Amino acid sequence: MADIPVSGIHEISKDKFTPLPARKKDIADISRPSVTYWGDAWRRLRQNKMAMLGMYTIIFIILLAILGPILSPHSYSDQFLDKQGLGPNNEHWFGTDSLGRDLFVRVLYGARISLAVGLVASLLNLTVGVLYGGIAGLAGGRVDNVMMRIVDMFYSIPLVLYVILMMVVIGPGLKSIFMALGLVYWLEMARVVRAQILTLKEQEFVMAARALGASQARILFRHLIPNCMGPIIITVSMNIPLAIFTEAFLSFLGLGVAIPMASWGVLASDALPAIRSYPHMLFFPAMAISVTMLAFNFLGDGLRDALDPRLRK
Amino acid sequence: MVTIWMVVTITFFLMHAIPGGPFTREKALPPAVMKNIEERYHLNDPLWKQYTDYIQNLVRGDLGPSFKYQGVTVNQIIAESFPISAQLGLASLFIMLFVGLPAGIISALRQTKWQDHLAMSLATVGVAVPNFVVATLLMYIVGVKLGWLPTARWLSWQSVIMPSIALAGYYTAYVARLTRSSVLEVLQQDYIRTARAKGLPERVVVYKHALKNALIPIVTYLGPILAGILTGSFVIEKIFAIPGLGEHFVASIWNRDYTVILGVTVFYATLLVIVNLIVDILYCFIDPRIRLGK
Repeated sequence: MADIPVSGIHEISKDKFTPLPARKKDIADISRPSVTYWGDAWRRLRQNKMAMLGMYTIIFIILLAILGPILSPHSYSDQFLDKQGLGPNNEHWFGTDSLGRDLFVRVLYGARISLAVGLVASLLNLTVGVLYGGIAGLAGGRVDNVMMRIVDMFYSIPLVLYVILMMVVIGPGLKSIFMALGLVYWLEMARVVRAQILTLKEQEFVMAARALGASQARILFRHLIPNCMGPIIITVSMNIPLAIFTEAFLSFLGLGVAIPMASWGVLASDALPAIRSYPHMLFFPAMAISVTMLAFNFLGDGLRDALDPRLRK
Repeated sequence: MVTIWMVVTITFFLMHAIPGGPFTREKALPPAVMKNIEERYHLNDPLWKQYTDYIQNLVRGDLGPSFKYQGVTVNQIIAESFPISAQLGLASLFIMLFVGLPAGIISALRQTKWQDHLAMSLATVGVAVPNFVVATLLMYIVGVKLGWLPTARWLSWQSVIMPSIALAGYYTAYVARLTRSSVLEVLQQDYIRTARAKGLPERVVVYKHALKNALIPIVTYLGPILAGILTGSFVIEKIFAIPGLGEHFVASIWNRDYTVILGVTVFYATLLVIVNLIVDILYCFIDPRIRLGK
């Protein structure tokens, strides 16, 4: 090995170094703003084209349902006796039914009922289900065991059967549907919330809250439930189309809203006897149900992917 | 057992909570006739006695007489109409398995190719469109416009085709989606890589290693699927005027025929509990990792 002169280090004079200007910005300003869970979810949702399409469709349907009947010159029970069973035309966009009522307005009224059923039933199952699951999860032990066995027992029979029985007891009508759906469909929500709370309640922030003397109710409502919002929203978004579908199903069987009100199930069932002569009477309500269900399904899938990326398929 | 007992109790008391009965007419019956009727069906007994009587009869397998149709028992109604519903249900299960499963498998194996996109778009539509819409559209297009198949009644083997397609529609789509995601997940497992690494032909990897494991989650959904086919039959049988059990159930609701409502509900509950039990046992056979008991 020959001698390699260790040179260079000493030969650079100090004046060759110039200090950088002092940093004006703090580290916090340079780093990206921290993304919250909800901001992140919203960003993911916006990237999902089908989910956004579903959301815009739902908004459009909601607007139509609210404004449509006000703007239309006809009412849902007006009869035009000289124009029975007309096909789609300029004055009656979707045609008229066999009693001469304007189908467009009736379909819009159906949208009102379906959306109201979806909303109210899911609000009811939200409160009942979240409370039930929350209490079971937080209480744990024997209470949890008994409460969840009850849910399991209900679960082994199709829920529609209970809804039908409820409808038989409280009689047909819009309020009965709200009640029956709300009282029956909370089971899934209870399961979801309980599972979440079982894992959450072992975490340190709950211990900290408890150490600070927070009551059980405060821990449940202020600490645990807000942290379950993701799964809760996913479950609600999956339950809304289910509620809408069940209402249509019940009305189709004649257990739903009473005449002359028009829900989509009623319209489809009315169209059945006259299907040979007036196929348009079936087509429009059927299309309305299908489009709404599709939109809610897309939005629900999108929300699930956005709020819980681990579940992404 | 507990589930069945609970269903019986809930249904029983719900049925008795309804104001008005099957013998309430617009024109009131003479009190003497009313009394005789009540006597005959034991409606004037105290509620708890009616309940214990019913449970006792139920244990012996007797579901009581129909209120609406004189001289017909609920057992006769079920015995007469259930075979028809069972045929319809089995045909739907058949469609579901032989259309839904292959569709899911194909779209998983051809992921992001046109087969996948086609199958999954169809499945998405299938999940969104309610069964009564499918049924009425089928009836209108195939039955009325084309005249290929009979539109109603239960007369020949051809009558099975349309109702079972309509009934199976949703679940076929559902199974296809489930199968697809399940197969995709299994294909990413290490043992699949091992199987490929030791040079097995793709056919063996897919059929022998992947599918067997991918089917496990689908078996667990058999219970809910059967429950759905059951409730779906209410609507489908009404549309196609099929004299099955679902049609009788809906009719009994209209007629306020409480013993029939009660009896059919109990029958459905028992059926589903048994099916769930079978599925649980089946599950242990398919997946040796799971053992019954503790």
